[in-house]
Amino acid sequence: MVSLSNHEVGYANLGTTSSFDRLRTRSTDSQDQNMSFLSDTAISFRREIGPTLRSWYYIIFGLVQPLLYLALFVPLLGAIPGPEGTSPLQWFVPGMVVMLVLFTTVSCGWALTEELMSGSFERFLATPMSRPAIMVGRALKELAPLLVQALILIVVATPFGLVLHPLHMLLGLAMLMLFGVGVASLSYALAIASKHDGSLFYLVSHSVALPMMLLGGVLLPMTNAPAWLYIASRFNPLTYLVEAERALFMGEIFVMPVLYGALVAVVVAVAGLAVGVSQVRKASL
Amino acid sequence: MIHARDLTRTFKTKAGPVEAVRGLSLDVAEGELVAFLGPNGAGKSTSVRMLTTLLPLTSGSASVSGHDVVADPAGVRRQIGYVGQGTGSGPYHRVRDELVTQGKAQRMTASAARKRADDLLGMLELDGLADRPCASLSGGQKRRLDVALGLMHTPPILFLDEPSTGLDPHSRANLWDHITSLRKASGMTIFLTTHYLDEADTMAERVMVMDNGIMIADDTPARLKADLAGDTIHVSVLCEDQSGNAAEIAQNLPDARETRVDGRDVAVTLRDGEAVLPEFIRRLHQSGIEAISARVVRPTLDDVFLGLTGRSLREAAA
Ligand SMILES: Nc1ncnc2c1ncn2[C@@H]1O[C@H](COP(=O)(O)OP(=O)(O)O)[C@@H](O)[C@H]1O
Ligand SMILES: [Mg+2]
Repeated sequence: MVSLSNHEVGYANLGTTSSFDRLRTRSTDSQDQNMSFLSDTAISFRREIGPTLRSWYYIIFGLVQPLLYLALFVPLLGAIPGPEGTSPLQWFVPGMVVMLVLFTTVSCGWALTEELMSGSFERFLATPMSRPAIMVGRALKELAPLLVQALILIVVATPFGLVLHPLHMLLGLAMLMLFGVGVASLSYALAIASKHDGSLFYLVSHSVALPMMLLGGVLLPMTNAPAWLYIASRFNPLTYLVEAERALFMGEIFVMPVLYGALVAVVVAVAGLAVGVSQVRKASL
Repeated sequence: MIHARDLTRTFKTKAGPVEAVRGLSLDVAEGELVAFLGPNGAGKSTSVRMLTTLLPLTSGSASVSGHDVVADPAGVRRQIGYVGQGTGSGPYHRVRDELVTQGKAQRMTASAARKRADDLLGMLELDGLADRPCASLSGGQKRRLDVALGLMHTPPILFLDEPSTGLDPHSRANLWDHITSLRKASGMTIFLTTHYLDEADTMAERVMVMDNGIMIADDTPARLKADLAGDTIHVSVLCEDQSGNAAEIAQNLPDARETRVDGRDVAVTLRDGEAVLPEFIRRLHQSGIEAISARVVRPTLDDVFLGLTGRSLREAAA
């Protein structure tokens, strides 16, 4: 009934690695880990993106969404003057992209809860895969469709007055991806910490994301805000990111807002990953 | 292959600390098939998850295949296959994809992983399911897939946490057929947990009985039963007034532990019932007592557990 390959039969020997072999594997460990971070990220990303790419309705909706946003927004923008005589889209599109990234990544821990409970996440933790790579791969899976949507948004907005600054815009998107990896990791950490309690996860993630978005001047400018609100917005990391994106979409690059935004993205990414990995490490799933 | 010394794990919960594992020491040699038997909540999963680097230890030390679980977790992970208590496959992923991903995660090349995946699909009777999403598999098929995932990189040690829980009897038997034949061919060390008595009894060469976070017995099922429970000889005598004398004779048999009388029925618990029965009948006959029926009742591991804890595992597991 069961046929066994040679592979299986010759196996018993593998258990008796010589101490020399053992020493050798140990000494190459750290090097091994650095090299495998990228390939592990790729493994994790490919696993997660598979079902997404096979789901035609996901793809259709994903492609239609940005068009819908523009269709609902562009008519509203007619009366508003854009910055420095440009189209208001130059100001709105970056804000919209930031909003997309924030909301998708903040809630992506949700997708993990199912796997946390079922045991398939644990299965990967029992392999030599790098833990940060498992997280980054998952986060990139959430970010990849956003990247496509952002590109569609930019391309479709061009005929309506958006001026293209391809390199600046790509840099802006890269910065957002970095930020997104950090937020996604924090979201995974929250999912683990709120231990299978979906409503707690939802409550916390949204009570953080929504104020952050409003306070970040993502959709409405903070310049007209009362003093206290403006000051509060200065303590919101998202503010700096949005300002950096707007500068980049205006074609500016060597300006302070871009530097601040880049710093925010890097700090969020590093801190997010650190928190996420430590949660995984001490998680008693 | 597996060594643990004074492992403990305490969980902090709102209701106070839970001492899930309290001082576990064990040694498993290469090629052994060991079962951890114990009721739900005994600390089996917690122990396995410490040995597989999934859970930090509160205190103690452990090594698997020469790698320390704290100092060199990656080394441990390369050497083990881990089949957790839950479902390892993701519902939206396809069967073969999951296997290949697992292989790559275990540092196999893509082509080796694909070949191994196809081999395992055949071995575990999963052929034909390769392109199906895992959610569409039956309970038994999902569990066989979990085992296949654990075996992808042909690990020298396989950990199975309640591999057959929740399966119907047919799927359980089928899963065990696969595990035992895989083992026969590979000589893998297998460490499994179960709360099914019959399973530990028939499958494991060595049973570690766990209760309340500690190991209370560790031996072959046969020796556990002989030492801790023993056989029971039941003899019915012709006249009820002879049963008192018969009980006295029974009590003097070699290794006799406990004698009970119930009407014409005399029962005696001792080490090796089948070997002692002829002698018992002969002595009865010498004393002029006629036995009209006799049987030897073999103990189960439940009797062992009952003897050790005063509780039945069947109740404890429920
Ligand atoms: N993550 C956890 N947090 C708190 N308590 C836990 C956790 N995991 C297990 N326990 C407790 O530890 C004890 C042992 O659990 P476990 O090892 O799962 O037992 P078994 O696998 O033998 O059924 C139980 O009392 C359980 O409630
Ligand atoms: Mg368990």
